[in-house]
Amino acid sequence: MFAAIIAITLLAAAFGLLLGYAAVRFKVEGDPVVDQIDALLPQTQCGQCTFPGCRPYAEAIAAGKADINQCPPGGEATIQALADLLGREAKPLNPDNGTEGDKMVAVIDENVCIGCTLCIRACPVDAILGATKQMHTVIADECTGCKLCVEPCPVDCISMEPVGETLETWRWPFPNKPEIIPHIQVTGGHHKSGTYD
Amino acid sequence: MTESLPVTPGLHRFNGGIRFVHREDASTHEPIASLPLPRVLVLPLQQHIGEAAIPCVKVGERVLKGQLLAEPKGYIGAPIHAPTSGTVIEIADRPIAHPSGLTAPCITLEVDGEDRWTEHRPIDSYRELDRSSLRNRIRDAGIVGLGGAGFPSAVKLNPGPSRKIHTLLVNAAECEPYINCDDMLIRERATDIVAGIEIALHCIDAPRCIIGIEDSMPAAHAALQQAITQTAATNIDIVVVPTVYPTGGEKQLIKVITGQEVPKDGLPADIGIVCHNVGTLYAIARAILHGEPLISRIVTVTGKGVSKPRNLEVLIGTPIRELIEFCGGYTERVSRLLLGGHMMGFALHSDDLPVVKAANCILAGTPEELPEPGKAGPCIRCGMCEQACPVNLLPQQLYWYTKAKDFDKTREYNLFDCIECGCCAYVCPSEIPLVQYYRYAKTEIRNAERERQKSNIARERFEFRKERLEREEREKAEKLRQRKEALAQKTADDDGKKAAIQAALERVKAKKATQEEKQD
Repeated sequence: MFAAIIAITLLAAAFGLLLGYAAVRFKVEGDPVVDQIDALLPQTQCGQCTFPGCRPYAEAIAAGKADINQCPPGGEATIQALADLLGREAKPLNPDNGTEGDKMVAVIDENVCIGCTLCIRACPVDAILGATKQMHTVIADECTGCKLCVEPCPVDCISMEPVGETLETWRWPFPNKPEIIPHIQVTGGHHKSGTYD
Repeated sequence: MTESLPVTPGLHRFNGGIRFVHREDASTHEPIASLPLPRVLVLPLQQHIGEAAIPCVKVGERVLKGQLLAEPKGYIGAPIHAPTSGTVIEIADRPIAHPSGLTAPCITLEVDGEDRWTEHRPIDSYRELDRSSLRNRIRDAGIVGLGGAGFPSAVKLNPGPSRKIHTLLVNAAECEPYINCDDMLIRERATDIVAGIEIALHCIDAPRCIIGIEDSMPAAHAALQQAITQTAATNIDIVVVPTVYPTGGEKQLIKVITGQEVPKDGLPADIGIVCHNVGTLYAIARAILHGEPLISRIVTVTGKGVSKPRNLEVLIGTPIRELIEFCGGYTERVSRLLLGGHMMGFALHSDDLPVVKAANCILAGTPEELPEPGKAGPCIRCGMCEQACPVNLLPQQLYWYTKAKDFDKTREYNLFDCIECGCCAYVCPSEIPLVQYYRYAKTEIRNAERERQKSNIARERFEFRKERLEREEREKAEKLRQRKEALAQKTADDDGKKAAIQAALERVKAKKATQEEKQD
């Protein structure tokens, strides 16, 4: 009887020590879940989720303080990816945070810009170039389209324009959609339609 | 029906493929014709795989035939030359032959009609030249794979010191039915092709060359045989392969002739083979022996939608409309215009688009030739697509996963090994546009990858900015603290001085007091 109790106690103590050691020895730095969530977010840093950037939002999701449907730039795809990662049910985008739209890029009207640097300070990814009383310009490749620079501009010279499609970003449409049938204009007055393949 | 050649014994075969009923093409009845000079040429800056070339001429500049117009950017790239003499009238975005119908940067050349050459720099004895300068000459001539892929040829001719090349494989098998520009080129210009083979052999230091030709090309076979006999080359063999689509695919031809498979994500050079199209070798011979850069190519203009199908030698940048006009214009029944053949080509939105280096065929089809796709039925899981796939993929699985937008799974099923030959869609009894699905999935995956890279950069920049702001904040706080301390120090110092003065005053006072006492 006593032998059994002692044996169990000793075993419990030994394993407890082992677990305690392992917890210290193999401690994971940071929170891997936050990193995983952050990797799925679009990194627009726009703050539409009510958090100051994508990482804080990721931390809030991990801590259960925010829902997964608060990211308008990510839209459906991001919500679905977050739902898959966290094993939750996907839900529609929260309209309080905004609506999913096309990718945009900020454009400064350089004739109107007075060089106040307010937009430079607002840009979360340092994508605006300029100095005090000098003309500013947006580095289009680095712009995430977050719109944070539009509000602070005192002369309203920043506009958001849709990012045009290029040969590199062009995507084949999903089959069976009517728009994949191009109409060709051939010389000789024939005007017929055709499809790929 | 033409008579076909006996197939070389001991060949291998790839899975599936399609054996089309061979019919003689109307476009082979007449010899290759040269198109008269067009009024305007439009030269897209990107006509090859790799980065777009950078213009080195200005608007308004007069250029001579063969003059460099745009320089390559990066190792994988190709320059662009003026196909004839004239004036650069525009460097701007123009519509190009692309399934999207989008525009791309192009140089527009107004032709002056003089067709005056710039200085030629032919090499008489290329064998004395070292391999790297020979390759550079080929690169400077702007030669890219003319079989359709448009990969810079000089890169292919540089397998690197670690790969020993034992065979130069010459692809003389046509890409697909309808296209016969290679056939016609061999029939008429076999001597130059053999010269190109010898240059390429010297370039890659390979001991032998095998020419893979289809059994449906007897005239071309005879011409090649004669050219080889003339040069007395003993290391060039012709192998006759059965005409099964897509034998003209590089990996498929290698499989048929050697029985070997190119490793996944690898190159033919990994198994000691370098493969070039006959058109490319012809261009190499012109570049080295005659000093002519790649400024023209042979294009098959065919289909029942064009009056007189024919093969044309066309300057790069010529509007497709002019090719059609030269061939007698459209027939009444034309319905669609394709760039490429009916298996792999894509429909053009207009015929006012320029011919590019990789454009091998213009197919003006009638509704019988290119029927409107019927409504796709449901997949009945018959497995015919899998039997037809020359790359041993599972087209049906790829279709399901693409439909479900499960792109990770499509990658697992080797979507990117798909050569988009169209065999699966051709045999599908439900008429499912399978290749459409794969193209869709491929561009979706590439796009997601690009977005991911972009968001990674944005994350880095955001974090860097955060760190910078924090650092600035810290530095500011530090400065403030230092200033406060300095002030405190100063006050302390002042206090010390005051105390010393006070003490001195007191000492003086005390002294005076004692003196006064003494006097008293």
